[in-house]
Amino acid sequence: MIVDANVLKYGDDINTDLIIPGKYLVITDEKRLGQHAMDGIDPDFYNKSRNGSILVVGENFGSGSSREQAPISLKNAGVKCIVAKSFARIFYRNAINIGLPILECADLWSEVRDGDTLSIVLEQGTITNKMASRIFQANPLPPFILDIIQHGGLLNKLKKSL
Amino acid sequence: MNIIEKILSKAAGMNEVVPDQIIDAKIDYAMINEITGYLVANYFRDVGAKKVWDPNRIAIILDHTIPAPTAEAAELHRIVRAFAREFSIPGFYDVGRGGVCHQVMMEKGYVKPGEVIVGADSHTVTYGSLGAFSTGIGSTEMTSVFITGRLWFKVPRVVKIDVSGEFSKFVGAKDLFLHVAKEIGFSGATYMGLEFGGSTVKDMSVSSRMTLCNMAIEVGAKAGIVEPDDKTTNYVKSKTSDSFTLLKSDKDAEYERTMDIDVTNMSPQVACPDAVDNVTTVSELDNIELDQIYLGSCTNGRIQDLQVAANILKGKKVSTRTRLIVVPASQEIFVEAMNTGLIQTFVEAGAAIATASCGACYGGHLGILASGETCLSTTNRNFIGRMGDPNSKLYLSSPAVAAASALTGQITDPSKLR
Repeated sequence: MIVDANVLKYGDDINTDLIIPGKYLVITDEKRLGQHAMDGIDPDFYNKSRNGSILVVGENFGSGSSREQAPISLKNAGVKCIVAKSFARIFYRNAINIGLPILECADLWSEVRDGDTLSIVLEQGTITNKMASRIFQANPLPPFILDIIQHGGLLNKLKKSL
Repeated sequence: MNIIEKILSKAAGMNEVVPDQIIDAKIDYAMINEITGYLVANYFRDVGAKKVWDPNRIAIILDHTIPAPTAEAAELHRIVRAFAREFSIPGFYDVGRGGVCHQVMMEKGYVKPGEVIVGADSHTVTYGSLGAFSTGIGSTEMTSVFITGRLWFKVPRVVKIDVSGEFSKFVGAKDLFLHVAKEIGFSGATYMGLEFGGSTVKDMSVSSRMTLCNMAIEVGAKAGIVEPDDKTTNYVKSKTSDSFTLLKSDKDAEYERTMDIDVTNMSPQVACPDAVDNVTTVSELDNIELDQIYLGSCTNGRIQDLQVAANILKGKKVSTRTRLIVVPASQEIFVEAMNTGLIQTFVEAGAAIATASCGACYGGHLGILASGETCLSTTNRNFIGRMGDPNSKLYLSSPAVAAASALTGQITDPSKLR
């Protein structure tokens, strides 16, 4: 799987309440959730991301709540992949389970700018910054996690097994 | 092995597990609320599942948006209510029946030592207070658990926190955890387990142990746990006649690291905006004016917490410069707070009492903050905008500091009250 898109860059410790504030948790329409993604940190996020983006973030992305609405809102705001220095545990599992690819790469953050174009090969975990012609290596995803993402999420795998 | 490794090896049907090992575990109990649970109900139908793995091992508890503040929230209730009825889930708690999901799980005897419990809410870590391994998961995984009764885990590395010394008056489990958060840092225990032990923890009530374990997620931990003892056994036996096994850490158990904390002379701790590890002592905070004080939540909304606050408030009035909102964590607690006169004390002091629920803790309703307002809360998170407008400020403290501050309208050390 290859993901190509422009970078939207944010910092460390972006928690689930910033990604999708509690007041939006009653929204059941995923498209509408997408319009409120990152509302707590960048009210203009949806307009920047809607045509496709790769989120490049710092440490501990997605800390806090177990709300799956957090990765769902990002996916529906056009986020194709998230590359973080590190993720909080529940968010990490939730993103994979809804089929939103995520990678951990410590080196990338300081070497990209907002608007750079990245090309990511998920199977290998290689990230190419097309603007700087540089290649970064993320921690490769374990095969069973890659399998979930290639199915488009855990539900599609479950459907097959039933 | 340590207690978490023992529980996970039992659940995986293995003699031994080691940190970072991926295991497939049998789940003993699974819990959803309406915020995360409506997704589970919808996903369950989407994948074409016809039955749940065991209706007697599932709890469905409405708590975040009760009673429904909007039609959208009512729709979430409708979806999970219909699911509970269709699959005949005995552990279904509607509006007015339960309260905050974690408190209800403990009160109804669904939590037993040595078991593996997952909940679609991050504060599921609370049940470690009874020596269970419990952790928060998302709605998609919960759908899989509802169908299969199993889930994969990476065996966590465990940090042992050994606590000694006697708490001073007005200092307790909340202050201890905020101190731990300051030491470990906001993401310092990501993917790890926290095992709380030592003489201070042995002396703590189950209610206080719940406060400790509840907040383990706030430093990123996968689980918080306390070794079960007589207090655990007495608590569980008072809630259920089911049998259970007390699993404990071996003497030679291995840990990622050990922290020693002496609580002697610890003063009340306060987490300042906008992070749980931004902690200072109450005496360092001068002239922090408060627009609102919030007493409640799965962290500090139990009878012990309400009692501490009521002792400080009895016969006095909440300062006219602020407002106090009290939210008992469950219907059972509400009844006990009425029977023991605590509700009367709060109302006479000028507090607003809300129905047993998550209330304003997550920023849903029942006490939302306006731009520029400051609140002191006994809850667990003070992220930007957690309780309302992104330009509001949230401090976290114990019930004792909250009650003292309600009397003065600013952050106040209860021992300094005249």
